[in-house]
Amino acid sequence: MRFEKKDLLDIHSLDVNEITMILDTAQGMKEISERPVKKVPTLRGKTIILFFQEPSTRTKLSFEIAAKRLSADTVSIAKSSSSIVKGETLIDTARNLEAMKPDVIVLRHSSSGGAHVIAKRVGCSVINAGDGIHAHPSQALLDMMSIREKKGSLKGLNISIVGDISHSRVARSDIIGFSKMGAIVSVCAPHTMIPNGIETLGCRVAKNMDACVEGADVIMMLRIQKERQGNILFPSEREYASLYGLNSARVKLAQKDVIVMHPGPMNRGVEISSEVADSPCSMILDQVTNGVALRMALFYILAGGSRHADSD
Amino acid sequence: MQILIKGARVLDPGNIDEKKDLLIQDKVIAAILDPSDTLSGKDLAQVQVVDATGMIVVPGLIDMHVHLREPGHEYKETIESGLKAAAKGGFTAVCSMPNTRPVNDNSQVTSFIISQGKKARAAKVYPAGAISQGSSGVSLAEIFDMQQSGIRAVTDDGLPVDNSQLMRRSLEYCKGLDIPVFVHAEDKSLADGGSMNEGPFATFWGLKGIPNAAESIMVVRDIALCELTGAAVHFCHMSTIESIEAIRQAKKRGVNVTCETAPHYFTLNDGAVIDYDTNFKINPPLRSEQDRCAIIEGLVDGTIDVIASDHAPHSVDEKDLEFDRAAFGIVGLETSLALSLKLVQDKFLSLSDLVEKMSKAPARMLKIDNGIKPGNPADLTVIDLESCYEIDPAAFVSKSRNTPFAGRKVTGEAFLTMVDGRIVYQRNH
Repeated sequence: MRFEKKDLLDIHSLDVNEITMILDTAQGMKEISERPVKKVPTLRGKTIILFFQEPSTRTKLSFEIAAKRLSADTVSIAKSSSSIVKGETLIDTARNLEAMKPDVIVLRHSSSGGAHVIAKRVGCSVINAGDGIHAHPSQALLDMMSIREKKGSLKGLNISIVGDISHSRVARSDIIGFSKMGAIVSVCAPHTMIPNGIETLGCRVAKNMDACVEGADVIMMLRIQKERQGNILFPSEREYASLYGLNSARVKLAQKDVIVMHPGPMNRGVEISSEVADSPCSMILDQVTNGVALRMALFYILAGGSRHADSD
Repeated sequence: MQILIKGARVLDPGNIDEKKDLLIQDKVIAAILDPSDTLSGKDLAQVQVVDATGMIVVPGLIDMHVHLREPGHEYKETIESGLKAAAKGGFTAVCSMPNTRPVNDNSQVTSFIISQGKKARAAKVYPAGAISQGSSGVSLAEIFDMQQSGIRAVTDDGLPVDNSQLMRRSLEYCKGLDIPVFVHAEDKSLADGGSMNEGPFATFWGLKGIPNAAESIMVVRDIALCELTGAAVHFCHMSTIESIEAIRQAKKRGVNVTCETAPHYFTLNDGAVIDYDTNFKINPPLRSEQDRCAIIEGLVDGTIDVIASDHAPHSVDEKDLEFDRAAFGIVGLETSLALSLKLVQDKFLSLSDLVEKMSKAPARMLKIDNGIKPGNPADLTVIDLESCYEIDPAAFVSKSRNTPFAGRKVTGEAFLTMVDGRIVYQRNH
């Protein structure tokens, strides 16, 4: 099958076949990272710009390693070193980047819709590496890949997502993607962090943490975003941990073969106890490993010749 | 020079609704003639005849909520370009909001606006002055002084008056001056930097939402202050079901409140905000379908007195940005009439109702006598109810193009706009 889209902006605009194709391709890529020489020439001569306007370690590094393993040339720019600080608009910056003829721009931006705005203006492919609180499609895809690896399929799985749903682009993309792939998604958080109408994305809102994780096949914990606190969403990390923290007792309410995930970075002792984070059911590091393969697949699909992906 | 507007239905609610010819001379309506009254050949030679057969003539439409941007933001709009856009939209007068730079909080700025308005030779401008100095919500502006120079209302529009005590005192003060207070109802702490209506669509797009309560909580507060003070309070750009219900109940109790809505609030809902198109970013935001229907209901039952456009021109530079960073507001002067006529076509309002809301009610609030009567200033709008066309921002007279209605098919438009007996706009096709 051919992937017809120029960009990867969100999960909503992908259909089940496209998601499956991306996941299959990623699965095929995974082996490359296991080789002694972790490099294939597939994207030799391609230029990939990593434009991160928000702090990021994991995602940026993951994209960069993925590009390098496919032999693409990568250039990174950050907000502090870009002309944005001189007052240039995002659109102008993007047009200037495009004028240097990259094949892909990977954008992390603090405004929801940032990637959509530039994708409309540039001819090269745009991958959304997180826009505001809207979408983080590569994270959702690597989450789906990790679940599929362990469970075979997402169909019929009970998946619980716990944490700051309001401010989480990961939550939005996960809810849309998981439900699209046939999972039953429930979310849970203090009501200050449940956005109005979240059910319309394809989930239900659980009454409390115990009800949310009971019988779950997958528990996805979200980071409590300390940098957004100092405000009025919850009184203290201590109280948050007792109401919504994932500990061993709560894991026991879930299915025996439950897997625990977290997009990182974790706040140990707040949303997740170390005991759980380091237990055999934790897939947190597998997510990171899969992230590289998944992003290799995205580059391959979007920049690899005719946007044609044979997963051989 | 005389002008004869011939063949139209003359509609001035409560006064006249008949086929009549209007003879205009020396800035005023000289005579209202029966179509059978033929002017003699000698008279006709000196008369410019406007054939308005099949059209309606109404008292000049008044848009009581527009941002003309001058002084200070002339790159978005000037008083001249705004008043010409008004004329093209069928408006013979507008009330300009004071959030210019400098703010219209003193008589010098008021006088400047009025003098620029006269030079434009288009629609008339009746400025609104600021309630507080610099619209900063701290201390009262010199409202009487501005009133002497020509303001017809006060408002800190664009910003709410957060401080309830200041609001109370300004209402009391304005009551003594017999000048209405226009309220921008918004609780900024609840709006909290949001950029569209709070609800499933905002959640889907990952945009911070502005709840209905951010508006209605201030409407309820100012109804209470209106009851406390007995001043004339007018609520601007109402967008929510709760606000309309609160005003409906207040009116039932006999409280001296009025309100307006804008065409976008009865035409679009928050589902129209797609792909971060900032031409749909407005404050208050486009609301839910339930709210949209409540706005129409409020117009139908008379809770909403006025339709005003909240014409808010912005340059491309302020709109071609990430959604949360783009400016709020859309232009409306050149689309307001056609969008409002849809309410008549859909049988929600009669033509008389519409003329009431777009001409008579604003005229009363701004203390303008625009009745179609011999001796009154000839401020008239001739409307072609039949013409079908697509809204084309490239054809706007306004300096700005920020409209969510580009390409929309509409029916009806101004055929001719006359101010003080002078034709300031006439469709050339």
